Amino acid sequence: MILVLLILIPLLVGIVSFLAKDAAKNVALLGSLISLGVSAYVAAFCGTELVAPISLTWMPAIGTSFSLAADGMAAMLCLLTGIIFPVVLLLNRNKNIENPAAYYGLILLSQAGLMGVFLASDALLFYFFWELALIPVYFLCSKWGGERRIQVTFKFFVYTFVGSLMMLSALIYLSLQTNGVNAMSWDNIINAGKALPMMQQHLLFWLLFLAFAIKMPIFPFHTWQPDAYEQAPTQITIILSALMVKMGLYAVLRWLIPVLPEATAFYADTIMTLSIVGIVYASLIAMVQTNVKRLVAYSSIAHMGLMCAAAFSGTELSNHGLLVQMFNHGINITAMWVIVNMVENRYGTQDFKKMGGLASTAPGIAIALVIISFANIALPLTNGFIGEFMLFTGIFQSASQYHIIFMAVAGLGIILGAVYTLSMVQKVAYGENNSGVLAVAKMSGAELTAVIVLLAFIIGLGVFPQPLLDLVLLK
Amino acid sequence: MKAIIAATILGIIMMYAGFVVKEKKSVLSIAILLFVLLLGVNVWELGTAEWGVSKSLFNFQIIISPFSIWFNTLMTAATLLYVLLMGNDIIKVGKHVGEYFALFFFILVGTFMLSSFNNMLIMFLGIEIISIPQYILAGSDKRNLKSSEASLKYFLMGAFSTGILLMGITLIYGATGEFNVSKFSFMQMEHLNPLVLTGILFLMISFAFKVSAAPMHFWTPDVYDGSPTPFTAFMATIGKAAAFVGFIRLFHTSFASVSGSWTMVLAIITAATLFVGNITAVFQQSVKRMLAYSSIAQAGFMLFSVVSVSALAWQGLIVYAVAYTVATLGMFAVLLKLKDYTFDGFNGLAKKEPLLAFVTTIFVFSLAGIPLTAGFMAKFMMLQAAMSQGNLMWLVIFALLMAAISAYYYFRVIIAMYFKTGEAELNAEVSGTDKFLLVLTALIVIAIGIAPQILLPAGI
Repeated sequence: MILVLLILIPLLVGIVSFLAKDAAKNVALLGSLISLGVSAYVAAFCGTELVAPISLTWMPAIGTSFSLAADGMAAMLCLLTGIIFPVVLLLNRNKNIENPAAYYGLILLSQAGLMGVFLASDALLFYFFWELALIPVYFLCSKWGGERRIQVTFKFFVYTFVGSLMMLSALIYLSLQTNGVNAMSWDNIINAGKALPMMQQHLLFWLLFLAFAIKMPIFPFHTWQPDAYEQAPTQITIILSALMVKMGLYAVLRWLIPVLPEATAFYADTIMTLSIVGIVYASLIAMVQTNVKRLVAYSSIAHMGLMCAAAFSGTELSNHGLLVQMFNHGINITAMWVIVNMVENRYGTQDFKKMGGLASTAPGIAIALVIISFANIALPLTNGFIGEFMLFTGIFQSASQYHIIFMAVAGLGIILGAVYTLSMVQKVAYGENNSGVLAVAKMSGAELTAVIVLLAFIIGLGVFPQPLLDLVLLK
Repeated sequence: MKAIIAATILGIIMMYAGFVVKEKKSVLSIAILLFVLLLGVNVWELGTAEWGVSKSLFNFQIIISPFSIWFNTLMTAATLLYVLLMGNDIIKVGKHVGEYFALFFFILVGTFMLSSFNNMLIMFLGIEIISIPQYILAGSDKRNLKSSEASLKYFLMGAFSTGILLMGITLIYGATGEFNVSKFSFMQMEHLNPLVLTGILFLMISFAFKVSAAPMHFWTPDVYDGSPTPFTAFMATIGKAAAFVGFIRLFHTSFASVSGSWTMVLAIITAATLFVGNITAVFQQSVKRMLAYSSIAQAGFMLFSVVSVSALAWQGLIVYAVAYTVATLGMFAVLLKLKDYTFDGFNGLAKKEPLLAFVTTIFVFSLAGIPLTAGFMAKFMMLQAAMSQGNLMWLVIFALLMAAISAYYYFRVIIAMYFKTGEAELNAEVSGTDKFLLVLTALIVIAIGIAPQILLPAGI
């Protein structure tokens, strides 16, 4: 039952927020803290009978049941979701938001969808949550985003909708290969997929991969992403980049690789090539950005590319590293956006050229920015290091004949990552003082809390990553 | 059978009631009462029917199966919902309002015949009984030139397709000496008379016309656009579902054994319908016209049920017909409240009437096939039926790409309502009853989306 709570709490609190008018801000924060507690409980007791999977009859005629289950990977992602949402809700508390009840209500609905995606062990249920997570975000970005929000968000929506529909066709096809009883359950889908002849596996592989690649996003399906990140309100950008892209990666690990192992092995080189081209491509573009949000968006494509390459490398080490890195990337990118959000609020712009000298006017923010940037380029003793180290070793050990090239090119991406991240730090925090426009330099209490929590994770997991490793490897 | 007789009698009563009662509101009340009565008769027939047993009447001319009774009940319920939602707009169309309601009863008679015929002549009668009242309804706004044009166009094209239908029946009769459709099921592919093949093709073309499938769809946008809006809603939903049940019944009971000879043609018609409907809908500026093209696109999805010869298809058709009907009726009911039928007419509706905008969102989601709405389950079942066929994967993927395009024009309504600023002008204040009915309709959409099995009792 505890797993149902993970979905139910944000759903119900979301609906309450819709009705709560001006108190919505606090209702939502309270709800997200309760979710955090429940997800911590799930992560702590994952693998014991306290976190039992549940399965309720739902639509027997089409073989769907309401089944939720949490292994280490799912529990880790639920915990990440649980941590990110309170952080998101701590931001911008003093900003005037139009129609706050709807805004906070929709945020929590998207949390319900995300939790569901990570927990569902039934294909149709998974699909439902996949869309449920998307729809609130569509409204959030279109209503509260930047100037070009409507077109940009619509592009994002259509991209992902096409992907989802392709995934749906593949899932229906797989479910028809079973004997019809609980046809949509994860176990049955896996068995059906493994038994398929190679020809069908090829087709289904691309149908599924397209959906997940758009979500991650993997080059060349990424074109919606920088625009969407830039135009979305920063709070929603956090949800998109820290959590929703993980849906794609998670889906690859849960619904693609185990389901179609032969096709995965067949196309591993292709996918790794795409991913690694994406790393370099995104890094090069990031270097010439002048908009801080776009820069972080491209850097996110580069990171996702590395993770996707590792997912297809087929080695155990990179798989473990991937699970660790999924969590750490979520924390780091959130921390990055939190700083970007603070900087943007203070300078009133997203343009580097109009920033500078933050270190002298707001040293606290500048220090946080430096630490987070180090984590972003995976310096040792930050949480980014351990994951990326495992990913690289894993890619190097992979059975692919091009493993050295993959590793070398991906390594180039990391160097480029250091270049654009540090140059951003230099332009924002140091250099000529442009801080005449700074309204309030000091962090508010809520912002400080968010930053401290994130920094604690960054340094804590950098020094002592073992608990995270233990969690993600639970079956 | 009880329902056919009851609908006929109630239709005649309705017509006379129109003469006797002068007050329009009272006519509406009588109509609602009579539709409730007809629904009662349907439920009574449903209650007395034996599940899983079909009953033949008039020397095998009609076979009433649990499926047909269930379908009739759903269509009657949908008509009742329609009259409740749009009654006040129907009585504004013209002077002789009693006749409109009487025509609905007669269309239902035709629907009931199409869901239970076992003889091609009964099928022909059924089709004519649903078509002729629709020609009249299309032209019922006599002072409006567009309405008269719609009626004339519909009538001429419809008469032409009836001719093709009769020709098809004649050819098949000539080859087999039979009108009885269940007798054809013994036909074999190897010795198939060319006359039969031509006959099947003619029947297919004629039905494709009735359900507005491409390339026989050209009448649809003009007729739907020109007809008075409440009647467009009826023709696009219940009228279309009725034609579909005849289509699937004829092709699945009589021509299933020779399905190899016609499924590919129909699959291509399906693909063309999806393509034309969706692509053209993208370019529309009027929501009413967009809904006309969307009805073509949705017909493309419903054609899946005819293309895939399996038991899943019948169930899929029921779910799709109801899901599409309910959501489209809801859309039209909202449209009728607005002054301006263009997309811009919806600008800023969310600010002015949040509830109206919210239910519209649910209807739009359902039409676009977003999960947890009826439209998703309907599409899901259609795709499942088609995929179980084995060789239609290309059509499924094509249909899904088209469904993604459909999101474009459906979501324009949402964008207008929520994200654009403007003053959506309403015809009148939305009354409490209207709000209640719209919320009820939205709840039906969601209920079917969560539990589609409520539409599929065991044994149909």
